[in-house]
Amino acid sequence: MQLQAETKHTEQSEFVSFTVAGQAFCLQITQIREIRRWSPVTVLPHAPADVLGVMNLRGAVIPIYDLSARFGLQQTEASERNVVIVVSVNDKPVGLLAEAVSEIISIDPDDIQETPQVDSRNTMDFIQGIISQNDEMVRIINLKAVISSPEQVAL
Amino acid sequence: MTGSIMDTFFEECEELLEAMDAGLAAIEEGDQDPETVNAVFRAVHSIKGGAGAFGLDELVAFAHNFETVFDDVRSNKLELDEKLIQLLFRASDHLADLVTCARDGGQVDQAHHDVLIAALAEYMSEEEEDLTFEPMGMGAAFDPAPLSAAQEISYDIRFHPLKEMFATGNEPYFLFQALSDLGALSVKLDDSELPGFDAMEDGESYLSWELTLVTGEPRSAIEAVFEFVEGLCELSISADGDVEAEADALAALNAAFGMAPAEEENAVVAPLEQSAPEPVETPAPAEVEVDEAPEVPVEAAADKAPAAKKDAAKTSGPKPTLRVELDRVDRLINAVGELIINHSMLAQQIANLDASDTRDVETELEGFKTLARDIQEGVMAIRAQPVKPLFQRMARIVREASAATGKTAKLVTIGETTEVDKTVIERLADPLTHILRNAVDHGIELPENRAAAGKNPVGEIRLTAAHRSGSVCIEVKDDGAGLNRKKIRQIAIDKGLVPEDVELTDSEIDNLLFLPGFSTAKEISNLSGRGVGLDVVKNAVTALGGRVNISSTPGEGSMFSIILPLTLAVMDGMVVSVAGHTMVVPITAIVETMRGNADMINSLGSDGTLLSIRGSFVPICDVASSLGLRSSSHNEPAGVYLLVETENGDRCALAVDDIHDQRQVVIKSLDGVCGNVPGVSAATILGDGKIAMILDPESIVTASSSAAVFDTDRRMSNAIAS
Amino acid sequence: MKTKVLAIDDSRTIRNLLAACLEEAGFEYHSAVDGREGVDIYPDVAPDVVITDINMPNLDGFGVIEELRGDGINSKVPILVLTTESSADLKARARAAGATGWITKPFDDESLIFALKRVTGAVA
Repeated sequence: MQLQAETKHTEQSEFVSFTVAGQAFCLQITQIREIRRWSPVTVLPHAPADVLGVMNLRGAVIPIYDLSARFGLQQTEASERNVVIVVSVNDKPVGLLAEAVSEIISIDPDDIQETPQVDSRNTMDFIQGIISQNDEMVRIINLKAVISSPEQVAL
Repeated sequence: MTGSIMDTFFEECEELLEAMDAGLAAIEEGDQDPETVNAVFRAVHSIKGGAGAFGLDELVAFAHNFETVFDDVRSNKLELDEKLIQLLFRASDHLADLVTCARDGGQVDQAHHDVLIAALAEYMSEEEEDLTFEPMGMGAAFDPAPLSAAQEISYDIRFHPLKEMFATGNEPYFLFQALSDLGALSVKLDDSELPGFDAMEDGESYLSWELTLVTGEPRSAIEAVFEFVEGLCELSISADGDVEAEADALAALNAAFGMAPAEEENAVVAPLEQSAPEPVETPAPAEVEVDEAPEVPVEAAADKAPAAKKDAAKTSGPKPTLRVELDRVDRLINAVGELIINHSMLAQQIANLDASDTRDVETELEGFKTLARDIQEGVMAIRAQPVKPLFQRMARIVREASAATGKTAKLVTIGETTEVDKTVIERLADPLTHILRNAVDHGIELPENRAAAGKNPVGEIRLTAAHRSGSVCIEVKDDGAGLNRKKIRQIAIDKGLVPEDVELTDSEIDNLLFLPGFSTAKEISNLSGRGVGLDVVKNAVTALGGRVNISSTPGEGSMFSIILPLTLAVMDGMVVSVAGHTMVVPITAIVETMRGNADMINSLGSDGTLLSIRGSFVPICDVASSLGLRSSSHNEPAGVYLLVETENGDRCALAVDDIHDQRQVVIKSLDGVCGNVPGVSAATILGDGKIAMILDPESIVTASSSAAVFDTDRRMSNAIAS
Repeated sequence: MKTKVLAIDDSRTIRNLLAACLEEAGFEYHSAVDGREGVDIYPDVAPDVVITDINMPNLDGFGVIEELRGDGINSKVPILVLTTESSADLKARARAAGATGWITKPFDDESLIFALKRVTGAVA
C-alpha cells in the first residue's frame, strides 16, 4: 500500500493554475517559460480581439494573446494586476494574458478527467481535460489548440 | 562523422561548381590563361575525388568523362571551339544536377544524361573511351583472402634495395615492420657486399636482407607491402610449399617488376628485434640528389611558373577566408542590434536625468554610439556577399531556356561584385530565374524573326546589379520584342482583373503582369509558366522589403528592375506618432515631409481629400484610419504629411500626428510572430524598450484606397486613386 | 609521441576525410590547402610523413615533392601522393619526383593506415 503510493508519487505532474475571466485554468509547468507582470503592449493594426499585440521579451518580439477573449469569454481589461504567462509553442515564445496566477498543483495523471461534453464549442476545443482541486474545477489548456497557427489567429 | 564530412563535400561541390562556371564563362569570353583551364579541371577532379569517397558512382562516372575531355583541352589535344564550350557548359550544368540528386535524392533525366555522355564520348579518343573509370583500391594485387581458410606458409624473401629507393624516402625497416604484421618474421642482414670504408661510394646501396615470414596471408599481401618499392629493389619471394605454382607466380611478378628471376636461397632465421638495423644504420645516402631525378612533368612546370606571378584578382590567389556558421553571425547581429537599442535607452534616460551638466556623459555616449555603429557595419559586412554566384547560376537558366524554346540568347552580367545580404541573394534566386525564363520565353524572338527585324539573331539579356542610394538595384533587360500591351490589357479584362472600360497608362498595363493569376501564354508554357505568374516574383521581392517594376519599349525589349534594401537587419526610419502609437516609416519611401495647414487641404467627392503641394494635388491617406486605429478619417490640417512615392511613381501624402526623430532601427521580423499585418512590414524596438511597428507605405496607400475601382492590386488601385 | 601527418589537399572534403581517419587512428593531423601552404608550413609542422594531392592550385603535388626534396629543405620525409587514378604512368612520375608511395582515391581507412605504416612504420 505504502509502496504503491510512493510509486504513484513519482508519476505526478505539476500544473500551474491561474484564473481567466474568473474561471480556473492550468498549464503543465514544463510548458511555461516564465510569468511576467503585465505591461502595455504594442498594438497590431487590424488584429482580432484576442490578439492584444506584441511585447519585447529581451529583444525578441513576441505576440500576446488574451486567453479570455480566445476562449470566447469577455475581453480582459488588462492592468498591472494581471500576468503574462510566457509559453513556448514550436520553440517560439508566446505570451498569454491571464488575470492572476493561483498556485502550483501536483496531481496524478490518472486523476485527470475527460472534458464532459458541453455546448460551448469555442471553449471546448481549447480544453484537454479537467482536474478537481479543492472542489473547484481546473481546466487544463490544450496549448497547441490555443495557438494552433499564429498566422491564422492574427489574421 | 561521415555525415558531416558529406555535408562538407556538398558544400564544397557548390563552390567547385561555381568556380567551374566562372572558369568556363571566362574561357568563353576568350580567356586563354592555362591556369583558368586548370582551375576548371581541378574543380571537376575534386568533385570526382570526393564523390568517389562516398561511393556516388553515377557522379564519379560522369565527372570522369567530363574530366577526360577537359584533360585533353588542358593538354591542347582538343581545340576549344564554340560547340565544345557549349557542351562543357551543359556538362557542367548536368554535373550540378547530379550533385543535387546525390544530395537530395532523386533521379536525373536519364535521356539527357545519355545524350551528354555520348556527346562527351565524341571528343574522346578510343582508348579513353574504353578506359572506363574504376576506382582502384590500394595495391592492384591485394586481394583480401578469407582468413579462416588460410594455411600458414613459410616464405623466404630476399630484398636488396637499389640506391634509387632511398631517394624516395622508403626505409627497409618500416617495410619489415609492415611484414611482421602479417606473421612471424625473422630478418637477417647480408652485408657481404659492403666494401671497406674507403671504397664506399656515397649513395650506393650495399646491403641486402634475407627474411623469413610465416603467414596465413596470401602472397599478394606480401607483395602489397613492397608495392611502393617495386622496381626500386631486387626482390624475390618464394614459398616452401607449392614451389611450382609459386615459381610461376614469381616469374610473372618479376616480369612485371622487370627483374631477372633471383636464385632461391634459404635465409638464416633471426628475430626481427635483434637484427633489424636501426634506421640510422641503413646506408641511406646523405645527400639525395633530386636534381638528377628524371624530368619533372611538363604540366607541373607550366603550372607553377605563371601561378607564382598571378595577380590577386585571379582565381589562383583567393584572399584568406574564414568559414563561420551563419548562426553565429546572426547572433552577433542580434547582439549588436541590442547594443544599439541599449544605447538609445541610455541616451533617453540620461536626457531624463535631473542632472545639471550631462555634457561629459553625452560626449562619451556619442563615442559609444559611433563604436556600436562601426561594429554593426562590420558585422553586416560579414553577411554581405557578391551576387556573382547567383548571376552565374542565371547563365544556366538562360542556356536551358534557350535550348527549350529554340531561341538563341546570351546573358551578359554586369556588377557581379556588388555585395548583397546573403539572405537576399538566396531569396532572389527564384524570382530571378522566373524573370529570366520569362525574358527568353516571351521577350526574345525566334532567331529568324529577329533577323527579319534587322536585329542580331542572338538575343541579349543583360543582368545588372548595382548599389544605388542605399538600395540594391537589380535589372534584367532583354532586347526582345517588348510587351504586347494590347494583348495584356485584353487578357486582364478577360480574366476580370480590371474593368472593361478602365483607362490605363502604358506603365499600368505593363504592371498588370504582376497581378495574381495573370499569364500571357496561351497555353501555360512549360518553361517560364510552370503554372504561376509573375505575381510570384512580386511576392518574393516584396517579402524582402523590395519592389519590382517593369518597363518596356515595343520592338526594343523589356526591363524588370528590382529595388532591394541593402540589408535586412537595419534601416533608416522616421519615428512618427499615429493616434498615440509610435511607429516607424522607412526613410527610403519618403520623398519629403511637411506640416500642413487648412489652405493645403482640398476635398474631392464625399470623403476624398487632396493635399496641394506647390500647385499639384496629391491624395491624402490617413495612416491612423488606414490601420484601423481611428474610426473615421479626420483630417487635422495642422498634422504632418509624409509625401511618399509608390512603386510605379505615384505619390500620396501619408497623414500622421507628429514626427519625433529620424534614426536607424533594427528590423525585427514579424514572421512567425503573427501573420501578415496589412500596412505593417516589420517591427523594431525603440529606445524605451517598447516595440514600434514599421509601416509599409505601399500597402497603407493600397488599403486606404481599396474602396476604389478594384482592389486586386495596390498599384492599380493606387493609380486609379491618383 | 604521436606520428605527425601533414596532409596537403585543396579539397576540404578530402582533408576532412583524412583528418577523421587519422585522428581516429591516433595520428597528429596537420593540413594545408595547397602546395604552397604545405611547403611553407612544413618546417613548423616538422611532420613524420606528408600526404599530398597532385592537382592543386599555386603549387601542385609534384612541386611539393620537388621543393621538399630540393636543396632548400632537403627533407627525406616520406611523402605519399594521393591520386585518383592508379595509372602506372602517374606512379612513375610521382616516384621520379621523389614520392615514397601513393594512396589511391577513394581510399578506405585501412589502406590509408597500411600505406602510412609502410613508410613510417607507425600504426599511429
